[in-house]
Order: sequence, then C-alpha cells, then structure tokens
Amino acid sequence: MARAEVLRSTRASRAALWIGLALVAFAASMPLWAESSWMRDFVEIACYFIFAMMWNLLAGYGGMVSIGQQAFFGFGGYVMLMLGNFAGFNPFVAVPVAALAAALVAVPVSWVAFRLQGGYFAIGTWVIAEVFRLGFANLSFVGGGSGTSLTALRGIDKATRESTTFWMALACVVASVALVYLFLRSKQGLALLAIRDNEVAAESQGIAVAKMKLAVYVVAAFGAGLAGALYFVGNLRISPDAAFSVNWTAFAIFMVVIGGIGRIEGPLVGALVFFLLNKFFSDFGTWYLLGLGLLAIVVTIFFKQGLWGYAQQRWGWTLFPTQRRLVVKD
Amino acid sequence: MLETLIQGLLLGGLYCLFALGLSLMFGVMRLTNTAQGDFIVLAAFGAIALASLVAAHPSLVALALLPIAFAAGYALQRWVLNGTLGKDPLPSLVVTFGLSIVIQNALLEVFSADPRSLESGGLATQSLALPGGFAVGVLPLLIFGAALACTFALQQLFERTALGRAFRAVSDDREIAELMGLDARKVYALATAIAFVVIALAGVFQAMRTTVSPSDGPLLLLFAFEAVIIGGMGSFWGTFVGAMVLGLTQQIGFRLDPGWGIWFGHLVFLAVLVVRPQGLFPKTRG
Repeated sequence: MARAEVLRSTRASRAALWIGLALVAFAASMPLWAESSWMRDFVEIACYFIFAMMWNLLAGYGGMVSIGQQAFFGFGGYVMLMLGNFAGFNPFVAVPVAALAAALVAVPVSWVAFRLQGGYFAIGTWVIAEVFRLGFANLSFVGGGSGTSLTALRGIDKATRESTTFWMALACVVASVALVYLFLRSKQGLALLAIRDNEVAAESQGIAVAKMKLAVYVVAAFGAGLAGALYFVGNLRISPDAAFSVNWTAFAIFMVVIGGIGRIEGPLVGALVFFLLNKFFSDFGTWYLLGLGLLAIVVTIFFKQGLWGYAQQRWGWTLFPTQRRLVVKD
Repeated sequence: MLETLIQGLLLGGLYCLFALGLSLMFGVMRLTNTAQGDFIVLAAFGAIALASLVAAHPSLVALALLPIAFAAGYALQRWVLNGTLGKDPLPSLVVTFGLSIVIQNALLEVFSADPRSLESGGLATQSLALPGGFAVGVLPLLIFGAALACTFALQQLFERTALGRAFRAVSDDREIAELMGLDARKVYALATAIAFVVIALAGVFQAMRTTVSPSDGPLLLLFAFEAVIIGGMGSFWGTFVGAMVLGLTQQIGFRLDPGWGIWFGHLVFLAVLVVRPQGLFPKTRG
C-alpha cells in the first residue's frame, strides 16, 4: 500500500535555514570586531537588497512591473528625516514609522497608478516618482533642491551610531526576507501566485484580485520606504535627486533579473553579484554602468531565469521552497 | 496670454513628434519603449556629429539621418525586441530600459556631459511677425507643421494602405494575421522602423530648438508618454491633441512659476488619468 505525503521543505532548505541563522549570528557580532567601512558597506548593500526584494515581490510575484518604486524609497527617507529633525523622534525609531508612512501613501498613489497596465503602468509610476521628487524639491524647509542633513543624530557618538545602524540594517534584512517568505507560503501567497499565472482564472476561482494587488503594492511600498529610511540614517544627508533617483529602481531591476525573478533567492544572489561588481568595477564609471545595462539585456534575452533559476533547473536547488510536493512512499 | 497659448501649442508640436513613435509601437505590438527618449537624444547627437563631419545644411543632415534611423529601427525590432514580446511585459521593459542606460552612458563617454545643439542655418533666430504685435519663431512653426504632417501621414498610412491594414491586423490578433499569411515579425520590424524615422526627426528638431545632453532621455520619454495617455491610446490624432494639452499646461505652468511648469504638466496628466483613464480619444483596448 503506497502512502502519499505532502512536503514543502527540502534538504537544501533545511540546511539553508541553519546556515542562514549562523550567518546572521556571525554578522551580528561584526560591530565588535569589524572596521567601520565594512559596516557602512553592509548597510548600503542591505538597503539595495531590501529594495530589490520588494521590487521582486511586486514585479515577480504581483506581475506589476514598476519603474517608480523610488517614490516610496525617497518618501521613507524624507519622512524619517522630518520626524527626526522637526518632531523630536529618535531617527532609529523613525525608520519603521517612515516605512509605515510610505505604506499609507501608497494607497492613494495606487488609485492613480492602477489605472494603467503593463508597460504603461511602469512609466506611469515613474511619472508619479517624478511628482514626488519635484514636490520635495520645492519644499524649502527640507532644503529644496539641494537637500538637507539629518541633524537629529548629532548628540550620538560615531561608534554607537554606526553599530546601531548596522544592527538595524541586519534586522531589517532578516525581517524583510521572513516577511516575504511567510507571505508567499500563506494562503494569500498562493492567491498571489494564482493571479500571476492567470488573472482571469484566479478571479473566477473567487480570489479578490484587486484587493490582493493593492495589498502587494502596499507591502512593497512599506519595504521600499524602510530601505529608504535606513539608507538615509546611514548616509546622514538627503537630497531630492538622490532620494528619488530612478537608479534605485534600475539597480533593483538589475539585481532581480540577474539573480532570477519570481524567486526569493533571486535578489539575494543578485545583490551579492551587484555588490561584487560595484566593489571592483565602479571606478570605471560610465563603462561600468554601460556594462550593467548590457548584462541586464543579455540575461533577459538569453537566460530568462537568471542565475538562480539556472541553478534551480540544473540541480534542483531551492532554499526558500513555497511549492508543495507530493511524495509517494511504498 | 495669447502669446503663452501660442507658445504652448508650438511646444506641443515638438511633444507630438516625441510621442508618435511611442504611440505607434504600443499600438501595433503593445511594446512600451522605455528608451524612446534616449533614442531621440541619440538621434540628436547623431545629427550633431554628422553635421560636424560634413558641414552641410541641417535639412540635408536630417535627410541623411532618416534612412539610417529606418534601418536601425528595423534591425533592432527584428533581431532584439521581437524576442522579448509576449504576454509578460517584463522582458521588453527590462531590455528597453537596459538600452536606455547603455545609450546614456555611451553618449556620455563619447560626447561628455556638456549640452550641445545643432546649428540650424539661421532658422532658430528667424521669426514671423503676426498681427497683434508679437512674433513667432520660424523653427517652432516648422516643427508644428512637421508634427501635423507626421500625424496626418501616419493616420492615412493606417487607414488606407496595405501596410496599415497589416499593422491593424497583427495588433488585433497576431495568430489570425499570421494564418492569413502575414509575417508578424516583419510587420513589427516595419512598425519600429517607421517609429524610428519620426524619432530621428524629433531628435533633429530638439537639437536645433534647444540643447541636448546625454541624460535628457528619461524626461523626454515621460513627456511623450504623457501625451499618448492624455490623448488616448491607439489614435494618432489623439496623441496630437494630447501633446497640445501637455504643451499648453506646461507653458501656462512656466508662466505662473518657472519652477513648477513640468510639475504642472505631470499633475494634469495624473488628473486626466483619474478622471478619464481611457484618454480623450481612445481607440485601442488592452
């Protein structure tokens, strides 16, 4: 008599969990021994990663390809700064509050953005990000076009500030991976995958498509706002051109496409690749950016699944399994 | 006030030339060319480079550039973009976005970040006196005329020629059109080739009217996009009117406060999106 069992975890995923926990524990000790430039690098790449992770959720799982996520990144940064400078918040406390504000503002933004679909949604969100940029560039109390500094951290000494920022970045990375992973494993996540595969069929099965899409958009805005607030706590200076630069989304697209879209491992691998490329080639300036653009084009045309997708197909690796498999034992 | 309105309409003429290519490519194959603005800038720099090489009148330079643009558009669609088409908009978006970054940085490497312009043979400084005591530039009038002519020509092409019928057929249903003997890949390539001719024209005019620098592309793309959406997808006259509306609102915005002109244009675009998401004169669906 054959017995069937439904499994989700794989041997690789169980190993990945333990290795991941060990890595996080190891990383958490870094402020005790590492140089401060390493920690700054980590905070920066953490922001890129969180942002890319959220873009992956939006485009790879929600099917909403946006070129305007920098709207929420910059908004998160500015809200954190305003809370810190003017409302007397501790900037570290202001980071999650700013992320919440980005999520809130995503609701009215979605009323406009969701009028468009497909490629036009992408450019429409870009226009909205420009409206944010020009709006903040005309607010004189945050320095207008030339921006302003985060003065609220002045009283805190450098070592404390750097290690707190670092721990916060680490916590945000772990939390955003966990958030996205648990979301995708839940019933809502299943609904999201169904919508991605076929919107009409999903709707006919009773899935509230419009509600799900809004939920994903708001969660992605939350994550982008978190990344932005965190980035400018580490950076101490904000300007509209830096905060609302389309490069944020460009780099996120690069990371997700290189790593493999529509899988959690994708942005992880992509962020690592991006970090290494950035470390070794960014001195080449325009040639470096030109190369990134070409690489994204080549990967999109010839390796649609990205690096991790290739590994998954070839060797069946899955670190964050969301699918259930039927295993028959005899 | 009247002068502002006329300036706005003339500016709209330029935006119409920016937008027609985008409208054409989206209408025929649902392809959103995020590198539209960068291709305009590329054409502008192409014209500037060509003019410095051969020292000819700008109209001759433009004439020489158009067939090159046609061939480039055909090749790009046939061998690069056709592979990215499908139900999922992501591949074509990433590829054109990648092209946008490649073009910007290549131009930056070759021409540096300095703004440049194309010597217009005195056209840019000539003006026509109008009754009522003000004058309009000859060049903006010429651009407006070109926009009108291009819109008319494209609309006629779509409505009255065999090629236009092929465009509409693959747009409506690619599979059935292919069963009827059309090669969709070639039809698509021709559509992009024609779009690139208009893009090249827009680039030459932009370089003559003002200065261009390698990072201008994204803003031009947003203007083109706003004109298409305001006008309604799939109708060239709609795009023309959309460009006029955008030009007018920006000009009025600039008049009120120089810092808010572009912002004002964006807001009007968003307002149209909320109030009338299908645009003023919609034709294509989905």
